[in-house]
Amino acid sequence: MILEIREVGKVFGGFCALQNVSIRVEEGKIHAIIGPNGAGKTTLFNLISGMFDISHGEIHYRDKRLNGLRPDIRAELGIGRTFQIVRLFPSMTVLENVMVGRHCRTHSGLLKTFFHFPLGESSEEKQIRNNAMQWLEFVGMTHRAQQVAANLPHPEQRRVEIARALALDPDLLLLDEPAAGMNPKETMDLDALIVKINGMGKTILLIEHNMNLVMGISEIISVLNFGEKIVEGTPAEVKENPAVIEAYLGKKRN
Amino acid sequence: MEYILSVATVAGINIIMALSFYAPFMTGQVSLAQAGFAAIGAYSAAVCTVKFGIPYIPAVIIGGVVAGVVGFILGIPALRIKGIYLLLLTLGFGEIVRVIFINIEYVGGAAGFPGIPYQENTFFYAYGLVLILIVCFERLRNSRMGRAMRAVGDDETAAEINGINITAVKLKAFAAGAFIAGMGGGILAHFQEFIEPLMFGVMHSVEYIVFAIFGGVQVFWGPIFGAIVLSFVPEFFRFVQAWRHEIYGALLIVMMIIKPEGVITNDSVRFIKKIFRGS
Amino acid sequence: MFIQQLINGLMLGSTYSLVAIGYALIFGVLGLLHFAHGEVLMVGAFMGLYIILWTGLPLYIALPLTMVVTGILGMIIQFLAIRPLKKNFHLAPLLSTIGVTIILQNLAVKIFGGYGTRFPDTIAMDNIMLGPYMVSSVKLIIMGISLLLMVIFYLIIKKTKLGKAMRALAESHLTAGFLGVNVERTVFLTFGIASALAGAAGVMIGVSYSAISPFIGLTFALKGLVVMLLGGMGNVVGAMIGGLILGVAEVLSITLLPTEVNLQDIFSFGIMIIILIFKPTGLFGSKQN
Ligand SMILES: Nc1ncnc2c1ncn2[C@@H]1O[C@H](COP(=O)(O)OP(=O)(O)O)[C@@H](O)[C@H]1O
Ligand SMILES: [Mg+2]
Repeated sequence: MILEIREVGKVFGGFCALQNVSIRVEEGKIHAIIGPNGAGKTTLFNLISGMFDISHGEIHYRDKRLNGLRPDIRAELGIGRTFQIVRLFPSMTVLENVMVGRHCRTHSGLLKTFFHFPLGESSEEKQIRNNAMQWLEFVGMTHRAQQVAANLPHPEQRRVEIARALALDPDLLLLDEPAAGMNPKETMDLDALIVKINGMGKTILLIEHNMNLVMGISEIISVLNFGEKIVEGTPAEVKENPAVIEAYLGKKRN
Repeated sequence: MEYILSVATVAGINIIMALSFYAPFMTGQVSLAQAGFAAIGAYSAAVCTVKFGIPYIPAVIIGGVVAGVVGFILGIPALRIKGIYLLLLTLGFGEIVRVIFINIEYVGGAAGFPGIPYQENTFFYAYGLVLILIVCFERLRNSRMGRAMRAVGDDETAAEINGINITAVKLKAFAAGAFIAGMGGGILAHFQEFIEPLMFGVMHSVEYIVFAIFGGVQVFWGPIFGAIVLSFVPEFFRFVQAWRHEIYGALLIVMMIIKPEGVITNDSVRFIKKIFRGS
Repeated sequence: MFIQQLINGLMLGSTYSLVAIGYALIFGVLGLLHFAHGEVLMVGAFMGLYIILWTGLPLYIALPLTMVVTGILGMIIQFLAIRPLKKNFHLAPLLSTIGVTIILQNLAVKIFGGYGTRFPDTIAMDNIMLGPYMVSSVKLIIMGISLLLMVIFYLIIKKTKLGKAMRALAESHLTAGFLGVNVERTVFLTFGIASALAGAAGVMIGVSYSAISPFIGLTFALKGLVVMLLGGMGNVVGAMIGGLILGVAEVLSITLLPTEVNLQDIFSFGIMIIILIFKPTGLFGSKQN
C-alpha cells in the first residue's frame, strides 16, 4: 500500500467538505475517484498534497504520516500532482516549466549558481535539461520546448503539466480531471499516456468525470458524494451499484 | 566631463538599487524597504571607514552584510504576509530605520554623518559591482535557483506542489535584495561624503520601483535599462530636470496603462541576442 | 492628567479615522490600496488654507468647499489613473497611484514651497473647561466635525442606494453587476466620498497643527494605513474605531515613554508591524480579498 487515507475530514468555516473518508491506494494501481461536482474530490487531493491543513484523521504515505508536512516535502517524498485547472508557470517556457519539476531532486544553491567554474552551463544544469527533455519527449511535447507555456493550447498545457509532475520522479501521481475540456481523440491519447505512466510502475490516483476513461483504465474506483465515500470497488461493481447510479451516473444519463 | 562622470556614477548606484528591488520582486515580493536597507548599508560602511579605519572595499561589503542580515530577519515575518500587507510592512520598516538613525547620536542623528572619506574611483567600483550583478543575474536566470525564484513569482502554490520550499526561496531573495541595497548604500555614502536620514526616505524606495517597472520586470535587463534612462535623461534636458519627478509619476501611470510589462521584455532580449549573434 | 490625555488622544484620533475611512472604503470596494490618498489630504489642507487666506471665509464654509474640491480630485484620479488600467497586472493600481503621489507631492512643493506654511487662526484659541479638564476649543471643534462627518458617512453607507451599491460591490463585483449596480459609477463616487473625507481631514489637521507642508501627505497616509490595518483591511467601522485607538495610544505614548528619544514617530509603525505579523486581519476582522 502506498497511500492510506484514514477517516479524513475537512471543514471550511463550518462547512464540511469531507467527512470520515478512508481510502487505501495499492502500489502500482490506477485508482480512480469519482463523484458529482462539489463532492470533495479536489479537496481530498489538496489534503494529500498539503495545500490545506487536515481537519480530522490522518494520511499516511508509505510509512510516513503526512499530517502537517509542507507541500514541497510531500513532493520530495514522491507525490506529484496536476491541477483541475492547469497551473503552469505562465512566464516560463515549456522546457523551463518541466525543469522546475527537477528542483527537489537537485541541489545547486545560490553560491554554487554564482561561482561555478568553468564558465558555461554546469553539469547539474545539463543533467536537469536532459532529464526534462526526456519527459517532454515522453509526453510528446519536445516540439514546444522553447515556447512560452501560457501560449499553448489547453490539451498541450495539460501534457506539459504532467511532464512537470513526472520530472520530480513521483511514485504517486495525482491527476485532477486531466481530460476536462478535451475532445474524444485527445481524451484517448491522454488515456494511453496515463496507462503508459502506470506501466513505468507509478501509482496513479485519478479524478475524472469522463466515465469512459475511468471505467476503461482504472482498477479500483472510490465514489464520493457530499464529502463522504459511498462506494468502492472495481469498475464493474461500481457501475452496477444503485447508490452510484443515483448519485452520479443517473444524472449523467439524463 | 567631470559632470558626466558624476551623473554616470549616480546612474550606476541607481542600477544597483533597481536590481536590489528586482531580486525580491522576482519571487513576487514588492519591497518599499530598499532605501531603508541602503541606509543601513551606508551607515554601517561609513562607521567602518570613519570610526574604525577599515578600508573601502571591506567596509562596503560589511555594509551589505549588515543590511542583508537585517533583511533576513525582516524577511522571516514578511514571509507570512503577501501583497499589500507585505508592502505596508516594508514601508513601515523603511520609515522605522530612518527614525532610528535620526535618534542615534553616534552617527550624527538628524544632523547627518559628515566626513566620510571620498572614494574618487566610485565610478569604477559602482560599475564593477553592476558587472558582477549582471553576471550573477544572468547565471541565475538559467539555473535551478533562478527558475525556482521565477516559479514562486509566477504561482506560489504550483511552485510548492512541485517541490520548491517557497519560504526558503523568498527569504533568500529578500535577503539578497537587502544585501545588494546595503552595498549600494555603502558606495553612495563614500561618493557623497555625507549622509543623513533624509536621504533614505520612502520616496527613494519608490524611485527604485519606478526604475524597475519602467524598464521592465520580466528580465533583469529591465531595471538596469530603466535606471540608466531615468538617471541620464533628466540631466541632459533642462526642462526634464526641473519636472523630473512629475515626469516619473506620469511615466509610471502611463506605463501601467499601456505597457505594464515595461520597456524591456523577454521578447526584446531575445531579439537583441539574435542581432548580436548575427542570425 | 490621564483623562486630559485621553481627550487629546480622541481628538487626534478622530482625524486619523477620517483618513483611514477613505482607505478602508476604497480597499473594501475595489480591493486596492490607493497610495495617493495621503496626497489628496495634503491638497485638501492647502485648499482649506488658501480659501481661508484669500477669501476670508469662515471654516464652516471653507471646509465643505474643500471637500468638494478634493472629492472631484479623487474622481479625477480614479478616472485617469485607475479606470484605464488593464486587469491582468495586479500591482498596476498600486504603482499607478504611486505615480499620482509623486506628481501631487512635487507639484505641491513647486507651488507652495517645501517648507511649512502657517494656517491662519480662524478659530478663537481659548481653552474651554470641560468640568475639571482643560480642552482647546479648536480641538473640540475638530473632534465634533470629525464625528459628525463619520455619522453622515455611516448613514450614507447604511441607508442610501449608493451605500447599498458600495456594499454590494464590496461583496463581489460580479454579484453587484447582477443586481443591477452601476459599477463604474459607484466606484467613481466611492473615490469621491473617500477623497472628500480626506480633504476634510486635511483642513482639520492644518487648523490643529497650525502649519502644513507638501510632505504631510505621506505622514498621514502612513497613520491612515496603520489605522486601517488596526481596524481590519476594508472594514470602515473598524477604521473609525481604529483611528481613535491609535490617537489615544500615541498621545499616551508621548506622556508615558521617555522623551529623549523621538519614539512617537516609530510608535505607529511599530504597531503596524506588530499587527502585520501577529494579526493581519486587524482587531475587527478584514475583508477577504
Ligand atoms: N478553499 C475552500 N474554501 C471553502 N470551501 C471550499 C474550498 N475548497 C472547496 N470548497 C468547497 O468544498 C466542496 C467540495 O469542493 P471540491 O473538492 O472542489 O469538489 P469536487 O472537486 O469534487 O468538484 C465544495 O462545496 C466547495 O465549495
Ligand atoms: Mg474538483
